[in-house]
Amino acid sequence: MNMFLETLIGGLLAGTMYSLVAIGFVLIYKASGVFNYAQGSLLLFGALTFVTLTDQGVPALGAIALTIALLILTAIAIEKLLLRPLTNRSPMTLFMATLGLSYVVEGVAQGIMGSQVRALNLGIDDLPIFLGDIMISQFDLIAAAVALAIVVVLSLLFNRTRIGIQLRGVADDTRAALSLGIDINRIWQIVWAVAGLVGLVAGLLWGARQGVQFSLSLVVLKALPVLIIGGFTSIPGAIVGGLIVGAGESLAETYIGPYLGGGITPWFAYVLALVFLFIRPAGLFGERQIERV
Amino acid sequence: MKRLLVAAFLAGTLLSSFAPACAEEVSQYIPLPTYRVGAYASSGELWWGGERDYFRYINEVEGGVEGVKLNYEEFETEWSPDRTVEVYERVKAGKDGSPLAFFFTHGTPATYALLEKAAADKIPLIDPAGGKTETVDGTVFPYAFPLLFSYYSQASTGINYIAEKVGGFDKLKGLKIATVYHDSAYGRASQPAVDALGRKYGFENIQIPVADPGNEQSPQWRQIREQKPDWLFLRTWGVSTVVALKTAQRFGFPADHIIGDVWAGSESDVIPAGTAAIGYSALAPYPGGTDFEIHKRLKAEILDKGKSDLRDQKLFGAVNYNIGLVNAALAVEALRTGYKHFGARPLNGEEGRWAFEHLTIDDKRLEEIGFKGLLQQIRITPTDHEGGGAARIQSWDGEKWVLQTDWIKADHELLNPLIKEGAAAYAKENGITPRTPETETN
Repeated sequence: MNMFLETLIGGLLAGTMYSLVAIGFVLIYKASGVFNYAQGSLLLFGALTFVTLTDQGVPALGAIALTIALLILTAIAIEKLLLRPLTNRSPMTLFMATLGLSYVVEGVAQGIMGSQVRALNLGIDDLPIFLGDIMISQFDLIAAAVALAIVVVLSLLFNRTRIGIQLRGVADDTRAALSLGIDINRIWQIVWAVAGLVGLVAGLLWGARQGVQFSLSLVVLKALPVLIIGGFTSIPGAIVGGLIVGAGESLAETYIGPYLGGGITPWFAYVLALVFLFIRPAGLFGERQIERV
Repeated sequence: MKRLLVAAFLAGTLLSSFAPACAEEVSQYIPLPTYRVGAYASSGELWWGGERDYFRYINEVEGGVEGVKLNYEEFETEWSPDRTVEVYERVKAGKDGSPLAFFFTHGTPATYALLEKAAADKIPLIDPAGGKTETVDGTVFPYAFPLLFSYYSQASTGINYIAEKVGGFDKLKGLKIATVYHDSAYGRASQPAVDALGRKYGFENIQIPVADPGNEQSPQWRQIREQKPDWLFLRTWGVSTVVALKTAQRFGFPADHIIGDVWAGSESDVIPAGTAAIGYSALAPYPGGTDFEIHKRLKAEILDKGKSDLRDQKLFGAVNYNIGLVNAALAVEALRTGYKHFGARPLNGEEGRWAFEHLTIDDKRLEEIGFKGLLQQIRITPTDHEGGGAARIQSWDGEKWVLQTDWIKADHELLNPLIKEGAAAYAKENGITPRTPETETN
C-alpha cells in the first residue's frame, strides 16, 4: 500500500511540472485561438537567458528582472512582427507561423548563448522527505507549490483586474471586444508576455532538474496530452490534466510497465489522452464549441 | 606587343586557375554529418571541434597525410538518421575528383539506416564505439567498422571493473547488477553480453528501461530501491543521464556504485547533476583532460594561433572534444596505411576498406602521434572490425574527470562467439555468404 501511495503522490507532484508547461499554452490559446508551438522554445529561451546572465556574474534577482524584461520585449516583437500581419488568417496559418517562430527562437537563443548544457541551481535540493514510509521529493513539492501560486496569481489577474476582464472579453468574443474599443493588439502582447513568464518559471524548474539545454524545449511534448485531457482553454483544466497524466503514467510504469517491457511513460500519456478524446473531446474543463451549420 | 600582352594575360589566367586545381587534386574528401543544433548540439559542438582541429593540424602542421591534404566538409543533420542518409547519398560519389574512402556516420541510428546501402556501394561506414555490435565480424559486414569499443565490450569492461572493485570475479556470484538503459536500439544493444556475463559469473542481471527523453524517472528508481542492486550500470544518453543521477541521489543510491557507459560519461552528463554526480564513474575509451601530448601540440599550433573550431576554449580537452580528436586520428592513421599501400592519392571505398582493415596503432605509434594514454592500442583485421575493446575508467570529482585505471580489456573469449552467432544469423536472414579474407588478394 505504501508503494502505491508513494507512486501516486510522486506522480501527482510530477504532474504539476507538466501543468506548468501546459498553462503557457492555455493562456495564448484562450486569448487568440492560436496553438503556440513555440511555447517550448520560449521556455528554453527564458531559462537560457537567466543562466547566461548568472554565469556572467549578474545576481539572481537582477538576472530574473532582465530576463523578464527581455521576455516582455520578445512578446511585443512577436505581436508586432508575426501576429499583427497575420490577423484574420486561419488558425492553421497562425499555428504554422508559431512553428517557424520556434525554429527562429531556438536558433537565435543557442546562436547567441551557446548550446552547452548549463547547470542551474535554484537552491532547492532534490532531497527526499519521509511521511512515515512514504518518500516525497522536496523539489517536486516546491514545484507543486509554485504551480499552485501561479494558478492563484493568474486567477486574480483574470478576475480582479481591468486587464484580466478585457482579456476574458477578447477570449469570449473577439469582435465584440473590438467593438467595445478593447485594444486587441495590446491584449495579445500582454498574453504572450504572461505566457513567456509562466514559461520562464517552468523552464527554471525543469532546468534545475535536468540542466538547461535544448531538450528543455521538448518538455512541451508532455503538455499536449495534459491539454487534451484538461481542455485547451482552462487553467484549472491544465492543472487537473497534469495531475492525471503525472499520476497515470507513474502508476502505469510501476504496475503495467513490467508486463509490457517497461519504458511506457511517453506513450501511456497519449493513450490516456486518446481515451479522453473519445469520451470528452473538449477536455474535462474545455469549452464545447457549437457551430452553426 | 599588344598580342604579347594578351597572350601573357591569358597564360596568367590559365595558370592561376590551373594552380589551385593542381593543389586540390590530391586532397581526400571527408564529409562530416554533424549536429551543431538540436537536442544533441551540446555534445556535437565539441565533437566537431575536436575533429576539425585535428584535421586542420594535420593539413597545416604536417602538410597532410603522406602529403595528401584533407578536404573536410560539414553537413548539419541535427542527429537525424534520415538527414544523414540524405548526406550520404549526396556525397557518396565524392567531390572535386576525390572519391569517398569512408563515411563517418556519427550516430548508431544512422549506421543502422546505412548498413545495407553502404555495403552495396562499397563505402566503409565508420562509427567508433557505436554501430551494430555484430558488424565487428568483418566477414559478414565488410563495410561496417564499429571501431574501438563495441556495445558488448562496454558491458564486459563494466563488469570487469566491478569485479576489480569487489575483489575478484568469484565475488560477483550472488550480486545484483542492474542496468538502467535508454529504451532504444542503443540502450538495448548490450543486453546479450550482460546476460552471458551474468550466467558466467553468477550475478543477477536486472534490466530497467527508461523511455526517451527520460526526464522523469521516479518509477524506475522506485523499482531499483525495491530490488536493492549492489551495482548499477547506466546506459543512458542526453538528459536521461542527468535525471538518472539526480533521481539516484534522491532515492539514496550511491553515485560511487554507478558506472556509466561511453555515451553517459561526458561533462554534459555530470555538470548539470551537481553534487549528485560526485563519485560517479564512466567507461572512457575517450578519456577527458588535456594531459596528453596531442593537446600540447594542438594548443601550440591551433588554439594559441586562433585557428581552433572550439567556441569556448575552456572546453578544450572535454570528453566530447577528445572523442572528435580520437576519431579523426583513427581516420588519419587508416588513410596513412592506405596511402602507403596504394600510393599518396585519394582512396576510393574499396581501398578505404583495405586501409581500415590493415590499421594498426601500437604503443610506439601512439607516442609518435601524441595519443599515448588517450587512445588504446588498436589492430583492425578483416575479421575483427573493432580492434580494441578496452576502456579506462574515469570518475567525476565535482569539477573534472579523474582517471582511475589503465586500459581494461573486455572478455573477448566470451563475446566473440556471441558476435559470430549474431553475424551468422544476419547473414542467413539476408542471404549473405561470409567472405574468406585469407583468400582475398589486394
